[in-house]
Amino acid sequence: MYKYDSWDQQMVDTRVEEFRDQTRRRLSGELPEEKFRPLRLMNGLYLQLHAYMLRVAVPYGTLNGAQMHALADIATKYDRGYGHFTTRQNIQYNWIKLEDAPDLLADLAKVEMHAIQTSGNCIRNISSDHFAGAARDELIDPRPYAELMRQWSSFHPEFSYLPRKFKIAVIASDTDRAAMRLHDIGIQIVKNAEGEIGAAFYVGGGMGRTPMIAPCINEFVPLDRLITYAEACLRVYNRYGRRDNKYKARIKILVHELGKDEYTRQVEDEYAHMLEQGVEPPFAELERIKTYFADPAFETGLSTEVDRSDPDFALWVDRNTHPHKADGYVSAVISLKPVGGIPGDASDEQIHLMADLATEYSFDELRVMHTQNIVLPHVKIADLPALFAKLDAAGLSTPNLDQIDDIIACPGLDYCSLANARSIPVAQKISERFAANGKGAELGQLKLKISGCINACGHHHAGHIGILGVDRKGTENYQLLLGGSEAEDTSLAKITGPGFDEDGIVGAVETVTDVYLAQRTDGERFLDTYRRIGMAPFKEALYD
Amino acid sequence: MKILTGNDLKTGQVVWWTGEYWSLHVNDAIDVGDKADEIAKREEALRNVNVPYAIDATQDENGVRPAHIKERVRALGPTVRPDLTLKPADPAAGNWVI
Ligand code: SF4
Repeated sequence: MYKYDSWDQQMVDTRVEEFRDQTRRRLSGELPEEKFRPLRLMNGLYLQLHAYMLRVAVPYGTLNGAQMHALADIATKYDRGYGHFTTRQNIQYNWIKLEDAPDLLADLAKVEMHAIQTSGNCIRNISSDHFAGAARDELIDPRPYAELMRQWSSFHPEFSYLPRKFKIAVIASDTDRAAMRLHDIGIQIVKNAEGEIGAAFYVGGGMGRTPMIAPCINEFVPLDRLITYAEACLRVYNRYGRRDNKYKARIKILVHELGKDEYTRQVEDEYAHMLEQGVEPPFAELERIKTYFADPAFETGLSTEVDRSDPDFALWVDRNTHPHKADGYVSAVISLKPVGGIPGDASDEQIHLMADLATEYSFDELRVMHTQNIVLPHVKIADLPALFAKLDAAGLSTPNLDQIDDIIACPGLDYCSLANARSIPVAQKISERFAANGKGAELGQLKLKISGCINACGHHHAGHIGILGVDRKGTENYQLLLGGSEAEDTSLAKITGPGFDEDGIVGAVETVTDVYLAQRTDGERFLDTYRRIGMAPFKEALYD
Repeated sequence: MKILTGNDLKTGQVVWWTGEYWSLHVNDAIDVGDKADEIAKREEALRNVNVPYAIDATQDENGVRPAHIKERVRALGPTVRPDLTLKPADPAAGNWVI
């Protein structure tokens, strides 16, 4: 777990007081909205459909129990008793009053959290694998490197006014659980043929209006050159990114227009130049950070067996736990996707409960997944029955990780001022439909993702099934996409054809799953079948 | 008709111009005709409202109804949380939006 030093704390506290003064000046009329708007956005405060919305940064999705309790308290004290966990591993509050925002930020600062750089054309919250530091398949724990990048990118004067927002993900396993190649920079920590650890850099990925998969521009950057290389990537972008056109301003467009080879050449030139300048943080700093992420005191000699006689419990274990690097432990996923629920929403009581469960069962640690669920990373297998019972009693035991009802849905037109259509009701109807028809259980892994507009916060391009809400002459309409993946087999989904209305899209999803069930061969996921048989059979079933 | 809307500066709540004050209820909105800019400028200068703008709406026996779905969602509240809308405890409230 990261820790603020006195500088970090002072910077965040000072920023809160600065914003308190800015808010006072706005409320007294000294600052007009056009001057105040960029200032509040720098502190994560948006004006959305119904109220101000605050986006709080959760560094690479990592939280401790005290922080989680603080998030619940904020929901109670300043919001309407709930929060929304996002696809950026953050949390958003939908009903914040401007006059309360400085006090809220002060409460956050007390638990070493803030909302800085959750908006604007800067480097946003660094994301990572939600099983980092726990996963059996990881090479090393990527979090110290994510933390190093967080410290480097926080308040970085050169990168505070980039051509456009900038998102970085850091992972350290071949299984990609962070949509790494769909980030502006995706970093995979790898081992080379000599057995040395380094970082592969993927640059120029993204979703939104022009989705692109990041190409690898350097397969092995030594770990003690990580920041220098990242800085070189950013510098080339900062210099040549398309500031003339908002829709072409992301780094993916620059890499695409220059071509991967030319962009890489420019980065390498800059990198060579920067190596001479010595911008890399001292090695001791990384070592200091690493001590914050030391393994908790895992017990040894634990049993890996558990009583599976309760079928509900057994199903939950099969679906919602993930192999852990320490024998006798697993990572447990708490689904925030009950049937008919709002994906990613949790009440203050549920957030408090998850905090308590983390303290009791997971060395006080939690993670936010980009799929809008919560992870308890280090749970003893022997504790799973007790944990399950407590989750079940609170409506948090839905056994649906990566199932069709584990839907990513952005806030959409119910909350978001940029939206064209609502996302949440579509997610609710789909999960209810598959619960009622009993087909969900047969489908296996099927990742369904819904965005309420082309900005793609709901990752629809990367869904095995994706849904995009559009505005068709003032009414909501939904395009259906198939074949996307945000995992290590990254691919971009393709549109099936004409869109559907709200009920029609639910039926269309059922239709494509029927095609899959009829066509699949043994062990094939929906995505595998789609890749084997192509779009045509799905189109035929949908439109003929 | 043209109606004027914005957000309360302090709370961010969605508000509608009634001719005298800003109301939380769209049904209180009046037709501002061609006076939208003038009223918006004055009210914003007085800090009674934040970023006001005019929208199209219709009025019938059921009240005032914004023309665009986005404004109807703003007027009602999130359709997925009937408990938090301005028609609390009305499970059919969302139908008004569609
Ligand atoms: S995808 Fe569009 S509608 Fe959904 S949250 Fe992002 S900007 Fe809003």
